[in-house]
Amino acid sequence: MSLALPVGKNGIGWLLPALIIAGWEVASRAGVMPANVLPAPSAVAEAFWRLMLSGELIRNIGVSTARALAGFAVGGSIGFALGLANGLSTLSRGLTDTTLQMIRNIPHLALIPLVILWFGIDEEAKLFLVALGVFFPIYVNTLLGIQSVDPQLVEMGRVYGMDRRALFFRVILPGALPAIFVGLRYALGIMWLTLIVAETISASSGLGYMAMQAREFLLIDVVVLSILIYALLGKLADSLARLLERLSLGWHPAFQNG
Amino acid sequence: MTAASLTAARSFAATPVRPIGSVEGQRAFAFRHAGKRFGDKTVLDGIDLDVPAGQFLAVIGKSGCGKSTLLRLLAGLDRPTSGSLTFGVAEEGHSRTRFMFQEPRLLPWASVVKNVEVGLTGIATGSEARHRALDILGEVGLADRADEWPSVLSGGQKQRVALARALVGHPQILALDEPLGALDALTRIEMQQLLERIWIAQKFTAVLVTHDVAEAVALADRVVVISEGRIALDLDVPVERPRRRGSVELARLEGKILDRLFG
Ligand SMILES: Nc1ncnc2c1ncn2[C@@H]1O[C@H](COP(=O)(O)OP(=O)(O)OP(=O)(O)O)[C@@H](O)[C@H]1O
Ligand SMILES: [Mg+2]
Repeated sequence: MSLALPVGKNGIGWLLPALIIAGWEVASRAGVMPANVLPAPSAVAEAFWRLMLSGELIRNIGVSTARALAGFAVGGSIGFALGLANGLSTLSRGLTDTTLQMIRNIPHLALIPLVILWFGIDEEAKLFLVALGVFFPIYVNTLLGIQSVDPQLVEMGRVYGMDRRALFFRVILPGALPAIFVGLRYALGIMWLTLIVAETISASSGLGYMAMQAREFLLIDVVVLSILIYALLGKLADSLARLLERLSLGWHPAFQNG
Repeated sequence: MTAASLTAARSFAATPVRPIGSVEGQRAFAFRHAGKRFGDKTVLDGIDLDVPAGQFLAVIGKSGCGKSTLLRLLAGLDRPTSGSLTFGVAEEGHSRTRFMFQEPRLLPWASVVKNVEVGLTGIATGSEARHRALDILGEVGLADRADEWPSVLSGGQKQRVALARALVGHPQILALDEPLGALDALTRIEMQQLLERIWIAQKFTAVLVTHDVAEAVALADRVVVISEGRIALDLDVPVERPRRRGSVELARLEGKILDRLFG
């Protein structure tokens, strides 16, 4: 089983992005691509260096990451707990699942005006939106994972005298784990998406705020830089989740060819 | 696999003959007028079956006649709706009954040896559990596969792991629900020999449900046929071990059972 990040394993995947960037640079220098539409990669790199030196970039990345993780921790743990409860107890499921499925059909970003009315543009607003966005993928997939655990294995566990605790940790949770990871990776995507939107609309710090400020001052290189950093952070989160997945699902045939 | 099965076959042939019902006088379990209904469908209706400890019992019957239901009662997975089931050593009861299913039912996320250790739940943990699990894996010829995932094993190997899991806790009673049904003919014979060898060594009571009449007479001390919810035939197999497959004696008994099934 290889533990390398999927990125490292096929360097060929980076060939196309590198070619695109090179082409973009050439087009900018030749004047085909006006700088006020899309700045050259070198200009973006310069902006990156400038903001690194001033400390602004690190600070804003820190603020955004902290928000993302806080919202993820809150929404993710509630979703996970409810998913477990509803997967294991028919009473709990009967009580809450219908309500949750109804709420799920409201796009959480549609709540932004309401959230601003409730919380203003404070941290709570972003935390709430991210938590809500992350909650559903985790909840739905945890529940699905538990419901799809092979009942024959559960019966086997009972016959061999496992108590409820052993049954949960040795049969049900490992069986639900592949689905839970699907939920996790999906939730990480939603986490960044929600944060970008929330920070762009209302914030006084963070990457989204930095991008909006730059737009007002027509610093298009900084705008492009913010977008790229969002992309990198998203990719990083996904790679981490994949690494965790590989580490804990080594038994799964899908992970045994590495 | 080949080396292991050769050892299995050799020690099988070398095993001394074991007298039928050698644990004298003791009873393993008894069904008394036991019945089982699902809704208004009566599956078992007045089963009387007294099994002495150490006996190898085979249960035969047409599909849907209630063989699995009988085993589930024995393993405590279901309760009889009428009549009773008693065990020879009452306080041990279901807890010393192990069940081997038609499918291996191994945990895909646990290594082979960890799967065997499941059979020691509540009996042993830690290094003692691992030690005992490795021992029994050796007996089924899979000691060298202990740390692999079940998904890389063949069907017959998976069933051997399941057998090791069932046996590692030294059960008093081993209930087997067509555990060899899905195996190819050669692997099947190998598994039958392995099962017989371990049964002779461990002296548990075996209850084997099977569709295969030849398998039943080759392995069992006693064969019961279930039909319409009752025991339609209760036949001793007084043939010395090791038994020779296809011998005249076994064929005669086989014919008798088939007559009862289709007559
Ligand atoms: N939980 C249940 N609820 C309702 N009916 C059941 C249930 N379990 C078994 N039955 C019925 O009881 C009958 C006997 O089932 P059982 O599984 O014991 O048959 P079997 O002899 O093992 O058959 P096979 O050889 O095909 O495995 C069948 O008609 C089956 O539909
Ligand atoms: Mg059956």
